Parts: sequence; C-alpha cells; structure tokens
Amino acid sequence: MSSTLIRTERPLFEGADWEFGTIQRCHDEIEKIALKEMGLDVYTNQIEVIGTEQMLDAYSSIGMPLFYKHWSFGKHFSRNETMYRAGMQGLAYEIVINSNPCISYIMEENTAMMQTLVIAHAAFGHNHFFKNNYLFQQWTDANGILDYLEFAKDYITSCEERHGEAAVERLLDAAHALMSHAVHKYPRKRAADLRSEEKRERERREHDEKVFNDLWRTVPGKENARHDPTAAEQRKALLELPQENILYFMEKSAPRLAPWQREILRIVRIIAQYFYPQSQTKVMNEGCATYTHYTIMNRLHEKGLLTDGAMVEFLSSHTNVVFQPEFDDRRYNGLNPYALGFAMMQDIERICTLPTAEDKQWFPHIAGCNDHMNVLRDVWANYRDESFILQYLSPKLVRHFGLFHVMDDADEPNLRVEAIHDERGYRKIKQALARHYDVSWNSADIQVVDVNLAGDRRLILHHRALNRVLLDEKDARLVLQHLADLWGYNVLMKEIDPATDAVLKEHAASPRPGIVRIEPAA
Amino acid sequence: MHIVDRRLNPSGKNLANRQRFMRRAKSQIRKAVHESAGSRGIKDADEGGEVVLPAQGVHEPSFRRSGTGGIRDHLLPGNKEYIAGDTIPRPPGGDGGGGSEGSPDGEGEDDFRFALSRDEFIELFLEDLELPDLAKRRVVNADAVVFHRAGYSVSGSPANLALNRTVRNSLSRRIALHRPKPEELQALRDAIEALDPSEDAKRAALEEELARKQRRTGIIPYIDPLDVRYRRFESHPRPVAQAVMFCLMDVSGSMTEHMKDLGKRFYVLLYIFLKRRYKNVEVVFIRHTHQASEVDEETFFNSPETGGTVVSTALEEMQRVILDRYSPDNWNIYAAQASDGDNTASDNEKTAALLTKTILPECQYYAYLEVGRDAEHFPPGFIRRDSDLWQTYTAIIRNGAPMAMRKVGHRRDIYPVFRDLFAKKTGAEAAAE
Repeated sequence: MSSTLIRTERPLFEGADWEFGTIQRCHDEIEKIALKEMGLDVYTNQIEVIGTEQMLDAYSSIGMPLFYKHWSFGKHFSRNETMYRAGMQGLAYEIVINSNPCISYIMEENTAMMQTLVIAHAAFGHNHFFKNNYLFQQWTDANGILDYLEFAKDYITSCEERHGEAAVERLLDAAHALMSHAVHKYPRKRAADLRSEEKRERERREHDEKVFNDLWRTVPGKENARHDPTAAEQRKALLELPQENILYFMEKSAPRLAPWQREILRIVRIIAQYFYPQSQTKVMNEGCATYTHYTIMNRLHEKGLLTDGAMVEFLSSHTNVVFQPEFDDRRYNGLNPYALGFAMMQDIERICTLPTAEDKQWFPHIAGCNDHMNVLRDVWANYRDESFILQYLSPKLVRHFGLFHVMDDADEPNLRVEAIHDERGYRKIKQALARHYDVSWNSADIQVVDVNLAGDRRLILHHRALNRVLLDEKDARLVLQHLADLWGYNVLMKEIDPATDAVLKEHAASPRPGIVRIEPAA
Repeated sequence: MHIVDRRLNPSGKNLANRQRFMRRAKSQIRKAVHESAGSRGIKDADEGGEVVLPAQGVHEPSFRRSGTGGIRDHLLPGNKEYIAGDTIPRPPGGDGGGGSEGSPDGEGEDDFRFALSRDEFIELFLEDLELPDLAKRRVVNADAVVFHRAGYSVSGSPANLALNRTVRNSLSRRIALHRPKPEELQALRDAIEALDPSEDAKRAALEEELARKQRRTGIIPYIDPLDVRYRRFESHPRPVAQAVMFCLMDVSGSMTEHMKDLGKRFYVLLYIFLKRRYKNVEVVFIRHTHQASEVDEETFFNSPETGGTVVSTALEEMQRVILDRYSPDNWNIYAAQASDGDNTASDNEKTAALLTKTILPECQYYAYLEVGRDAEHFPPGFIRRDSDLWQTYTAIIRNGAPMAMRKVGHRRDIYPVFRDLFAKKTGAEAAAE
C-alpha cells in the first residue's frame, strides 16, 4: 500500500529533458484530471513533435498541416524565418488544429514542463472548446477538414497543370484579397459536409463530360430569351441580392468565370468559413485553454506529480502569458485575449464558490451555486466572445482591469471619456467591450447590392461606413481591382453613411485581362 | 492518444511557395541584390544574405477600415485618473485614444527583409550574363559515364532479363510452330474418356492423335533459349566541360596595392562566374615584371616584386603552361589580365604579335582590365593619353579578336564593368560584332 502511494506521488519528470515515455505519462495523468475531475469532453488526441522549420511551415499555412501552394505563404514563411533567425520573434510552443482526431503540434525545443503545459492547454483546453462550442459545431466539420484540405491541394495542383501556374496564381490573388468577405455570417440550410464536397465536384465534372456533345456548339444561338426586362426587385431576388459574401456571389454569378475558377473560389471561401468561428471566439477559446491548463497544472502539483521547480517554471511562463500591460505602457498592444479570458473564467469560478453581495445582484443565476465546472462547461458550449462578455464581465473585473471607455470623434478637438469603472459605467463598458468583439462591428460591412445582368453588367457594392469610418483607400482600390478582374465588367463601390444614406465616397474599377476574357468597351 | 514524431519528415515543404514568392518579387529582389552587391566586399560576393524589399510590391490587400476619420471608441485598461466626462487632448500624430493601437492585421507595413540562400543570390547576381563561346566540351576521364537503354540483346545478366519481350518471342514461336495448347490436349483426353467402349477404331485414332500432340509438345519447349532477351544498355561518356582561367598581373613597382585589389576583385568575379558554368575550373596565376613566373595565389597577390615591365614575358609563360598542361583541344581557356597599362615601349610589338598569333586563337575570351589610381578617376569626357598597352590592344581588337578591355578606377566600377563584359548579347549586337 505504502509503496503504491510513493509511486503515484513520484513526479512525472525531473529536470528539463523529456522523451516519448514522459509525454505519454504526462498525457495520461492530465487526462485523468481533465476528464474525471473537470468533466471535459475531447476528441481523441494526436500529439506530433515537430522542429523549428516545421513550426515555421505551419505558421505560414495558417496552422494547417497541408495546404495548397501560393506565393503569399512563401512570403509569410520568409518573414517569420527572418524574424526568428534574427531573434526578433519567438515561436509558439504549440499549434492545435480543430480536427478529429485533434492534432497538436509541440516543439521539440520545449522543456518537459512546457510539454506538460501545452498538452494541458491545447490537447485538452482547446480540444474541449473545439468539440463543444456551438459555433464550431455549426460551421466546421472536424472529421472532414483534413480530407478537404487534401482535396483542395490536389485540385489546385491539377488546375495548375491544366491551366498554368500564372492563371491559378492570379485567381488566388484575387480570391485571397476578398477572403475577409467570404463568409456567410448566418447559417443557411445546413452546415456543409466537407467530405462530400470532393465527391460532388467529381460527379459534377463526370456529368459534364458525359453530356458533352460538340454538336451543341454548332447550333445557332437562341433568340434573346428574356423579352421583358425583369423588374429590379425580381432580379435582385434571383441573384440573392444584397449579398455580403462577395466570393460566394462571384462563384455563383460572375458571368465569365470558367468552372474550375469557380471551384477554386469555392475552396478559398470554404476555408475562410472554416476559420470564421475562431475569429469570434479568441477570448473564450484562449480563456478556456488557459483556465484548463492552470487548473490541471495546479492539480498535478497538489498530487505531487510536478516538482516545485517545475511549478515555479510554470508560474513564470503562465504569468507572462496572462500579462496585461496598461494603456500608457509602452508594451500595450490592445487587450490580451489570454489575460481577459483567463480572468473571466477564474472570476466565474469565484462567483460560483465565493460570491459577494454585488455578484449576487449581478449574477443571481450562478452566484454561490458551487458547481463552477458545470457553469463553465455551459459557457464554453453556448457563447461567443461578444455574448460571453455581455453576459459575464463582472464589475469586479472592470475594476480590476481599470477599464475605461474613450470616444474619438474626428470632428471634435478632444477625446472624451465616456465611462469608467464606477457604478454608472459598468454596463456601458460591458456593452462597448462586447461590441469590440462583435464581428459585424469589426469588419467593414460591404455588400453586393445590384447588378444589371441584361445591361452593362456593372456591379455595384455598398460599404455602410459605420460611424463614418471609411475604408483604407489604397487597399480598397487594389481589392476592387481584383474584384473587377473576377467579375469581368466594371465595378463601382459606394461608401455610404448609414445614418443619412449620404454617399461619402466612390471607388470604381475596370477589369484587366488575365482571369477572364475582357470584351472591349462598346 | 498517439504521439507522432514528425521531426524526421522531409524538410523544405515550403520550398515551392518560396520559389513562387521569389518569382513574384523577382524584379525587386534583383534590384535589391545589385544594391547589396555594391555595398558588400567582393570576397563575400558569393555568400547568400539578407536583402530588403519594399513592402509595396508583395502587399496583400484586403477591405479594411482606414486608421483615421469618423467616430471611434476605445476600451483601455489601467485607468488611474480619469472620470466620466473628462476630455483628453488628442495625442499628437496618433489617432488612437491615448494608447498605441496595433495595426489591424498585426503586421507592420515596414520594408520586407528577406534572406537569400547562396545559390539564389549567385543566380540573381550573375543573371543575364553569358560566357562567350561556351561550346567546347570535352571528355576528361572515364569515370564520367552514363548508361542509356539501347534495345535488347540476346545475352546479359539475369537481373536485366526483359520478361515481356522474352514471353512475346516465346508466344510467337509457339504459334508459328503449332505447339499444341494444353486445352487441346485436355479436350482430346476428355473425348477419349467420353467414347463408348465399342468405338475402338475411333479411340485408336484419337489416341494416336493425342500421342502425336504430346510428342510435339515435348519437342517444342514452352520457352526456348532462343526466346530469351535482355535489356541492353550502352555506356556513353558524359561530356564534362572544363575551363582554365589564367590570371595575369603586372606586379612591378608602378602597381599600387589599390590596383592589385581592383584586379583581384575582377578575378574573383570571373572565378565565381566560371564556377557557375563549368564543373571543373582551374586557375593559373602568372605574375610578371620584366620576367614572368607562375605562382600560387598567396604569392600572386601579396609578395612584393620590383623590376621593369615586359608584358610579353607573361604571355610567353602562359603559352608555356598551355602547352604543358592545358591543351586547347580539351580546355576552355579564359584569360584576364590586369595592368596599369605600362609596358616597355620596345615590347609592344612583340606583345601584339604573341597575342594575335598564338594566345587569342587558343582562348575563348581574353579580358584586359586597365586599373588606374583612385585619384586618377577622371570625369568622363576628360581626355587623357591612352597607355601603351591600351593603344596596342585597341589595334588588335579592331581586327575582331575575341577580346575585350575596360578601364576601372574604383571598386564600385568593377561589377558594372564585369556585367558589361559578359552581358548576354542580343542577336543584333552579336551579329554586329
């Protein structure tokens, strides 16, 4: 009896060195705590040990293990490599992929403590979040993503062989420029089943090949089929206008794109959509993972599985991660999602176990319920950053961070402090902060509003300039040029003040040849 | 849980992306390479290194909000003194509300630093340069041999057995000689078996037929040694282009350290360049005063020498070395001569004769570099007397010899002059020469 006790209390490792046995032991001990004590629910883990170059590789292809080829990835790789070699930038300790099995990459240079930390953080914290959060369930298909990426890579390679690298590159340039406006923000019929995408594409092509008949080419063209010009409303309805997913609109409606070009736009769009939930849950995702690793590491230490030395090393690294510099600090670079997320998760634990009178007033439904893991699991499953902050940012945290809200109106000479961390300000600050994490508030609201398919085919877009903040002009012109190249006809973008409907600015672009054949203007 | 060790996976996964990026930014990288080549020492000329590209050309645009104008609000941590309703003067230069906001995508728009490997650097550095008269290729030694498939042979090692061809031959032979098929034999046996005991005559006939066929099968083998074929390989000697580069330099008292340095830089460039084009490049150093000798590199550049200047001695020495070791039939011969242009007046005629009669016909290319003192770097258009050698060589070039000469006064001129000498000739230019 006593001997077994001594064995379980022996630390998992001593010193910085590790080998695969160490990782297995750490994983197993962490798993016990995560599943039994915290009640997490995770995909099967796959832990991959990688070196520096592979980490840089993963960086440049947005963390994905396999990706199609494009010069911009080479650019990011070179940038990161140069920065890393010059010592200007460290590398992440891990990268985790939302797939089933859940793949975590860990760096070979990490110490044994760091490996334990990243397994707890990524393989359990992020993994649980990926599997349970409603946004990921709604938008991503963890089972199919690796297969789909493989398909995308092969498809784009085959297009390069058929149509030339230059043609594919031009198309991808244009698609990447529009990638930020290539997501459906609201679920449509159902989440796409990525595994069937490849099959669909194959069937579509086979069908085309089967029904191909060269005779059709020789049949004289039809008389103009549409006699009466449809009413504008009807036309818009047919084209599903207005449409905020610009790439989707291009894929479905751009008149001159070849089928393979549409398929590539679709690939870029689907990948953008896959990452859409991650951009909406930065605070929660990191908060969840950080809270998980913090809890697990402390439990490991309590059980005697971590030496005091390892624990100190952990605390030092953890403190760095959740450090929040103040606004007048030179290191300040926005709110740190790790800091905010971790603080909020810990705060929820505090409210559940040791509520104050204020907490009872603000959070009557959870204050003092004493089952904080249950509350946290529910939060991780059912919220995104915006709703999470709106719901759970407590006055105590607002005071803790000393948050204040500043308005900056370009028409006024001075900035004005709207609210601070006092009785009157809590709600205002909570709302303003939540809005900062709202996607529709963060990214420019650009929509395709009209096109006259029967006439000059000019595409019209509106940017509803929230608070009269216009688009960056240089970039907007470049992207619009790409859009015109895809569309094949002129494109016009109006920037509109949503309050008054006044047009603030207009940009126009005419297509260049390259992606599609351009007819000379009449 | 699985643990996978990916460290041993093939590296260079990003190479294709890197090449695409380089192609994309080629004109900018090229410019940066040439600028950086000017600023670094020639010794490191063939090292890779960092170049700085303007962010502009490889920018990836997106629809994003501009950093100025409109109404913005900021949520900042760390309030110490402000209360609601306070006004804060707009921070100078910045648009942020008291703090420094990161750029929207977290990436700066600074110039882009880019590290090139040695090969990439050289490739761009020497791009568009071409060696004149590269044609001479020559077998050097027997170990450079390649094997090519060359049809089939009737003998060979078992490993090279051409199974398809063997079976094909066998099949056609069996058909031609009417070797009975196993099915035919089986059919006969079945027929005999099925016969009624009464039909003796028929049975005898059939059995005879069967015996005949079996005999035939025995005589005609399934695979005959005649059928067997082997894949045949022929060995071809691989042509190996090789070059020798002669560095000739005047080391008499009138050549300063500065001039020698210029000469050296030119040789280094030429060496890198030749190295790119030929697998095997040898270098011969010949220095001369009023007498010439072949020396090693160290002595060539560093040991001082005094004496007069007789250029023809160096050419004679070169001729001797060529006869001795580098037969013009086997070697591409390049020569680069650096001198301040002085020569003993009586030697000019001999030099010209040697060059035109013996040296130039054997050479692929002969470059003469006249190095001047830095202080003598006259502005263009300034007329000065041409040196003895310059005048002599001008006369030779006028007769259309494979020779070129340039004047260099400063380190920075070396590379342009070098490019100028070896720039790819367009069709028209080549014809004009």
